[in-house]
Amino acid sequence: MVKITIKDLTFSYNSSAILDGLDLVVEGSEVLGLVGPNGSGKTTLIKCIDRILKPKGSILLDGQEIDRMTQQEIAKRFGYVPQSSSTPLSTTVFDTVLMGRRPHISWRVSDLDLEKVAETLELLRLEDLAMRDFSQLSGGQKQKVLLARALCQEPNVLLLDEPTSNLDMRHQLEVMEMIAALVKSKKISAVMALHDLNLAAMFVDKLAILKGGKIYAAGTPADLLNAKNIKEVYGVEAVVMENLHRPYIVPLRSVNSEPACGQ
Amino acid sequence: MLKQCRGCIVSSNFKTIRAAASRQSTPGGTKEEYRRFLGKKMLFFVILILGVIVLASFSVTLGSANLSVNEVYSAILARFLPSYFQTTRFANTIVWGLRLERILMGIVAGMGLSVAGAAMQGILKNPLASEFTLGVSSAACFGAALAIVMGAGFVGGEYLVIANSFIFTLIASFAVYGLAKYKGISPETMILAGIAIMYLFSAMTSFLQYVGHAEQVQEVVFWMMGSLGRASWDKLSMMTIVLALCLPYLLLKSWDINALGAGDETAKSLGVNVERTRVICMMLLSLITASIICFTGTIGFIGLVAPHITRMVIGGDHRFLLPGSALVGALLLLGSDTLARTVLAPVILPVGIMTSFLGVPFFVYLFMKRRKEFW
Repeated sequence: MVKITIKDLTFSYNSSAILDGLDLVVEGSEVLGLVGPNGSGKTTLIKCIDRILKPKGSILLDGQEIDRMTQQEIAKRFGYVPQSSSTPLSTTVFDTVLMGRRPHISWRVSDLDLEKVAETLELLRLEDLAMRDFSQLSGGQKQKVLLARALCQEPNVLLLDEPTSNLDMRHQLEVMEMIAALVKSKKISAVMALHDLNLAAMFVDKLAILKGGKIYAAGTPADLLNAKNIKEVYGVEAVVMENLHRPYIVPLRSVNSEPACGQ
Repeated sequence: MLKQCRGCIVSSNFKTIRAAASRQSTPGGTKEEYRRFLGKKMLFFVILILGVIVLASFSVTLGSANLSVNEVYSAILARFLPSYFQTTRFANTIVWGLRLERILMGIVAGMGLSVAGAAMQGILKNPLASEFTLGVSSAACFGAALAIVMGAGFVGGEYLVIANSFIFTLIASFAVYGLAKYKGISPETMILAGIAIMYLFSAMTSFLQYVGHAEQVQEVVFWMMGSLGRASWDKLSMMTIVLALCLPYLLLKSWDINALGAGDETAKSLGVNVERTRVICMMLLSLITASIICFTGTIGFIGLVAPHITRMVIGGDHRFLLPGSALVGALLLLGSDTLARTVLAPVILPVGIMTSFLGVPFFVYLFMKRRKEFW
């Protein structure tokens, strides 16, 4: 089981601090959801963990400082699923997923690499799309292909940056179900930035609420998703329903706005 | 009904994924499909190689010297098997001194410009990236114009124009790199810096044309049109050596170029050293382009159209796209030059005019009919 220990992580764009002395631990086969308002540092944190950005502070992967790991080694341990779905011009789904084998291959593609890609496509039920052009896929299909590419890296940790943004309700659920099931079946960890608190309540094992570049609170969704935290972090008055075996958030109004008619 | 707990959802999907995993003994279908696609790519290569050979064999027989096919091939074979084939001095001069070097230069220049275009489009994530959009062609034109109008340059004598255009091409590449480095090397900054450099050198060339004499201006304009008429074995060897040295490195880095096409963040997450790869590749591409256009002048559209044709047939994997584009580029430039030599014979049109005439309609077709599949 993998363990990521983040200590005193700081990152600034120009002079404005996005992450400000952040501490966090991710341990075992679990889905950790990063939630928080826009600009709270969710995406930046994910990019720092994958060394796409270079922060100050310390990130340990199983006790090893990732600063001392090569990019190739990091790519074998972390699989990153970006928010936007760009690929090279005219690339098939198979080739897009095959790109995930890049950390493992020098130039020649082995039979094992092809096997891994075919298996992953089948695992995510994408085999019928294998030879389709990536650009012709729907948003939900693209998201699954990017997930397949990250899985082909055979990572210990999946890092997902808002994997459900721009997806309809059904595809949001499909993608989240798939990620949660993969984490359990492959015994890996997943760290994902999310905006939808209800989706987070349904699918994540643990939550970390970010505010102003720091961890405001960390724990289970049931412990953290309450009206008080939502008001303090988002500035939103909300009702949290508890009768669905999980918190269900109904936002009412932003704290500074006038009440809507009839309320 | 509504009270489906999170554990139930995950476990139902866990079962689906386990079921898929248990079916993994037969993922051969997808693999076979992919292998068939690779076979199609190989067939495309074979057709292109045959196409280049056939077109070159046909092209060498064409020209205003009125040599018969028999005389042309006798002149070629007499060089290798003098005891079996006889030729005349005239046929030998025409075939070896004019036609073959022009044909081979067309092939090598077409290959180089197309490889440069394909790789630039991939590295900069821009389907319109070419030696023009990066200011490289404008810089070469300025270098040549400076030599022709002012007689000023880095090297004197007969190589003045060639050396000037080569050196200014490299200066433009470093300027683009320097400007982009200042703002952070990203595809957008490189394209914007390239456009700035292009306008700067275009303005300076216009100024030189404004102050130059009529003959000088005519010479500058002719140089800018691009032609294979300045071909020679020396120039061909230099061009070939540069391409032969740079192409293997680009092929070796084709996985990284593929990853760069998916965006810098994705490329980094796949273990690519993004900045180093982009800078080294762009410098090599500039070198290839400089080594060609300093001898031929600017030849438009080959570097833009050949990669798109290749992508349309075999897709965007640079392991295959780079050699495929090279062959398509060779075929296009050789075909254009053959037409340029014959369409108004005995007048020989500059090949740059012909590539633009053929390239623009094709490009418009691509844009109108297939744009969604490409960008």
